[in-house]
Amino acid sequence: MKTQNNRAWFLVLPVLILVAFNALIPMMTVVNYSVQETFGDNVFFWQGLDWFQQILQSERFHAALGRQFFFTALILIIEVPLGIAIALCMPRQGFWVPVCLVLMALPMLIPWNVVGAMWNIFALPDIGLLGYTLNHVLGIDYDMTQDPVAAWVTIITMDVWHWTSLVVLLSYAGLVSIPDAYYQAAKIDGASNWAVFRFIQLPKMKNVLTIAILLRFMDSFNIYTEPFVLTGGGPGNSTTLLSIDLVKIALGQFDLGPAAAMSLIYFAITLLVSWVFYTVMTKDDLN
Amino acid sequence: MRLKYLVPILYIAFLMLPIYWLVTMSFKPTNEILAGFSLFPQSFTLDAYRTIFTDPTWYWGYINSIIYVTLNTVISITVALPAAYAFSRYHFIGDKHLFFWLLTNRMAPAAVFALPFFQLYSAIGIFDTHLAVALAHCLFNIPLAVWILEGFMRGVPKELDETAYVDGYPFWRFFTSIFIPTIRAGVGVAAFFCFMFSWVELLLAKTLTAVEAKPIAATMTRTASSAGYELGLLAAAGTLTIIPGAIVIYFVRNYIAKGFAMGRV
Repeated sequence: MKTQNNRAWFLVLPVLILVAFNALIPMMTVVNYSVQETFGDNVFFWQGLDWFQQILQSERFHAALGRQFFFTALILIIEVPLGIAIALCMPRQGFWVPVCLVLMALPMLIPWNVVGAMWNIFALPDIGLLGYTLNHVLGIDYDMTQDPVAAWVTIITMDVWHWTSLVVLLSYAGLVSIPDAYYQAAKIDGASNWAVFRFIQLPKMKNVLTIAILLRFMDSFNIYTEPFVLTGGGPGNSTTLLSIDLVKIALGQFDLGPAAAMSLIYFAITLLVSWVFYTVMTKDDLN
Repeated sequence: MRLKYLVPILYIAFLMLPIYWLVTMSFKPTNEILAGFSLFPQSFTLDAYRTIFTDPTWYWGYINSIIYVTLNTVISITVALPAAYAFSRYHFIGDKHLFFWLLTNRMAPAAVFALPFFQLYSAIGIFDTHLAVALAHCLFNIPLAVWILEGFMRGVPKELDETAYVDGYPFWRFFTSIFIPTIRAGVGVAAFFCFMFSWVELLLAKTLTAVEAKPIAATMTRTASSAGYELGLLAAAGTLTIIPGAIVIYFVRNYIAKGFAMGRV
């Protein structure tokens, strides 16, 4: 078991200093902006909580937040089961294992703006492979720059392409760690494939799935670069997710106050949802 | 029985299609790309690659990216190792809160921090250096590295530490010459994740650099100039960004298959 030792703080100190420097100082700046008004030239006026009130009541924020939750929910519903299914079907040993792993990890290692640019061209109606195939071979009317539904399908497909492998890699790592003895015992008991999955594989994958789901939640909730490069938030505002809206306000219009207030609300929501995920998924460990 | 292998095969085919498209496009002149659809390059050209390898702003983009990613990985792993050890071996005041607080830093949207980071790093005079980007990426990577390493360290029995103390090893010698080699698979996996998230992140890297440390991803935005999109060049630059990642994943593939499974992660 672990021993009580408060000198362990010294070992954590470097991390603490580095992360605190990186997190607390910018955070204080954001809090500072969120309660002030500025007219440029670094002249600030106390504004109180007006910005928070304004953001919380604005239609625009509600719409962006709604789209964001819709996006993240879809991503988790599609990617987690799909990732587990693919991991279950992968070979467990031999030459093909490293080949599969390397090929599957490839999309994750492409810079985010390249992913966006690549899918943008890939999906263009007349010159892209996807757009051309859909329009001219399958005869489906598809244009993500005009049709909001097409834009959503493209963004979701792009994210599934980009990140399902994270779930696959983590689930696979969880699967290969299960000792053979478990499977042999299940075989003797005459357990069905489903029972093996439900009572052996899934519980054993729980730890890695926790990190996979948390990472996928956090990253999809904060997604910015890929959808921005792909559609720029369009057509109209149909794919303007929360981060895109935030950057539009902060860097586009230089409304620092509202942008800061919005950031803090955004951060609080992410924190709350992650905390719920974290507690629910790790609650058995604490007992 | 073998039918189930169809699933990973189809999945990999799906993953490769856009990549195939990007790679073929990099061998086409921009005119051909815009003129219409073709599955293979009709007039094969290496012009785009020639531009990238001869123009210093292009190839320095790659070098800058590699420098700050390496710097970030080294910093993250170095500070995360002792911290993960403390979390895996000891109870201390506030340990659980600290652990969750570390994680919360991964949840902050980069868009929130971009501007304050710019001001902070300008104030201490490291704006437009590799160190600035490396430090900024620590915000996301250190918590993840600590989390992953803690999982691996938990899997190492405590008897190992005790034996080393009985044998008279001072802590740091034990830590660097016995303990770290024992969990090298974990270090590999953690380094892979740090590399990956730093290599692909763009918003902070772009905000914190101007000329000297400009990453390749930011250089690529130059392809959208007043003369229109240079799609061939964009595709070639994109293709080249895949290579370092592919090399890294090739080297850590065995760690991922074997090592991940221990402990929490």
